[in-house]
Amino acid sequence: MTILVIAEHDNKVLAPATLNTVAAAAKIGGDIHVLVAGQGAGAVAEAAAKIAGVSKVLNADNAAYAHQLPENVAPLVAELGKGYSHILAAATSNGKNILPRVAASLDVDQISEIISVESADTFKRPIYAGNAIATVQSTAAIKVITVRATGFDPVAAEGGSAAVESLAATHDAGTSSFVNEELAKSDRPELTAAKIVVSGGRGMQNGDNFKHLYALADKLGAAVGASRAAVDAGFVPNDMQVGQTGKIVAPQLYIAVGISGAIQHLAGMKDSKVIVAINKDEEAPIFQVADYGLVADLFEAVPELEKLV
Amino acid sequence: MKVLVAVKRVVDYNVKVRVKADNSGVDLANVKMSMNPFCEIAVEEAVRLKEKGVATEIVVVSIGPSTAQEQLRTALALGADRAILVESAEDLTSLAVAKLLKAVVDKEQPQLVILGKQAIDSDNNQTGQMLAALSGYGQGTFASKVEVSGDSVAVTREIDGGAQTVSLKLPAIVTTDLRLNEPRYASLPNIMKAKKKPLEVLTPDALGVSTASTNKTVKVEAPAARSAGIKVKSVAELVEKLKNEAKVI
Repeated sequence: MTILVIAEHDNKVLAPATLNTVAAAAKIGGDIHVLVAGQGAGAVAEAAAKIAGVSKVLNADNAAYAHQLPENVAPLVAELGKGYSHILAAATSNGKNILPRVAASLDVDQISEIISVESADTFKRPIYAGNAIATVQSTAAIKVITVRATGFDPVAAEGGSAAVESLAATHDAGTSSFVNEELAKSDRPELTAAKIVVSGGRGMQNGDNFKHLYALADKLGAAVGASRAAVDAGFVPNDMQVGQTGKIVAPQLYIAVGISGAIQHLAGMKDSKVIVAINKDEEAPIFQVADYGLVADLFEAVPELEKLV
Repeated sequence: MKVLVAVKRVVDYNVKVRVKADNSGVDLANVKMSMNPFCEIAVEEAVRLKEKGVATEIVVVSIGPSTAQEQLRTALALGADRAILVESAEDLTSLAVAKLLKAVVDKEQPQLVILGKQAIDSDNNQTGQMLAALSGYGQGTFASKVEVSGDSVAVTREIDGGAQTVSLKLPAIVTTDLRLNEPRYASLPNIMKAKKKPLEVLTPDALGVSTASTNKTVKVEAPAARSAGIKVKSVAELVEKLKNEAKVI
């Protein structure tokens, strides 16, 4: 068995999610090769070669792969993938974009967002936003899988010494082109990757009051999220929404402020390691999942918390 | 320009699903079913394209049981012109659905296909990308903005940490993210009118598509339950617990 892991990167830096994906590959067992598809991503290939447990790195360097356009990268992966038992990618926006296109090209079903490896052909994955866990077995000759990073502890980034092989293959479908990219310049971490998340709900009363959460978040190095109620009320934009129809987060610490705990919201954060709830309504359902609950007025508690941490 | 929109009938997002005692799946008996939220956004986007004069006809398609006609009627009430149900009582994988949609695309020849980025039941996030692969079209997934101009479409996509804009040659596939739009509600007169709009029922056999799968769900379990922790009396106690007991700050 040989497993192909698709590296997540921006042509400069290898993204940490790759290490979690290699960890999932190691649990499956077998040789692990890493594909770096990009342009001028030599430093990424070198970093991938150092990952513990990786035996070969394939570096496909071409302008067509520069922006990870799935129309160009998926045919490359599908062509290479024919020699492998498994193809794995992190369930990042790139992995989710590219891998189903690979699976369909290979005429196999994909298994999305696995959180555990039961055996080489059987995996667990959350369905219904984590309200149920399905065990899925694949009979496909090539198993195409995306990996939820929070399900696997990363392997060591150093320690390996894999050979780097350059690939000459070029796939340029000509159906798509990159226009531009705007990456948020916030100093706060990205919501789904943050170790600490501070979220506000309807109890925040208005958008201006979120400044209390931003202040606390900046002190903690945390990302700021919101419940659907807060988004629907127009306090904050949609991209901050944590929940079944928003972002699924699983940080080390989740602080829910003025959030009642609707099912919709719980589905998006209940895999967090430690949950803190601050709410003045002691009957709020959020307290049923919180490790530490504080019944208090958030407008007093949050500034005090900011001072003490 | 003809726009095809795919919609899925799923458990309503406000329902707390329960796993069946025999671990064969989740209990869907007597549970409220709705249109998948991301599919509502797909329908809304198509209707807005028609209102802007970009789309001339909206065809809405669903793959599912005969009861999915309810969701198709909802889409018709929201502004779609006609509907197609590919009826299948089985639980189909994303690849099977993508193959059926490909057959509908071949028949209808739309310039743009809009789908939700994922269904909130299976959470696969695969169908749009797979349809794009099978049809050889460009894909703009997780769209927060869609602008058609001439023979191409510019799609702004939600990506980790920001937004990316790509330009796709038409015909193309777009999958919707939450920020794309806020879906309207159907008005009563439109709900009445929708009952008279055409709804065609097809079968996978009639489309010549095999729905065989390489994935088998062995069992479905409830997730490990989270038990309630403790109530702290003050912010100071909370900070102390987070530092010394949970060791997360």
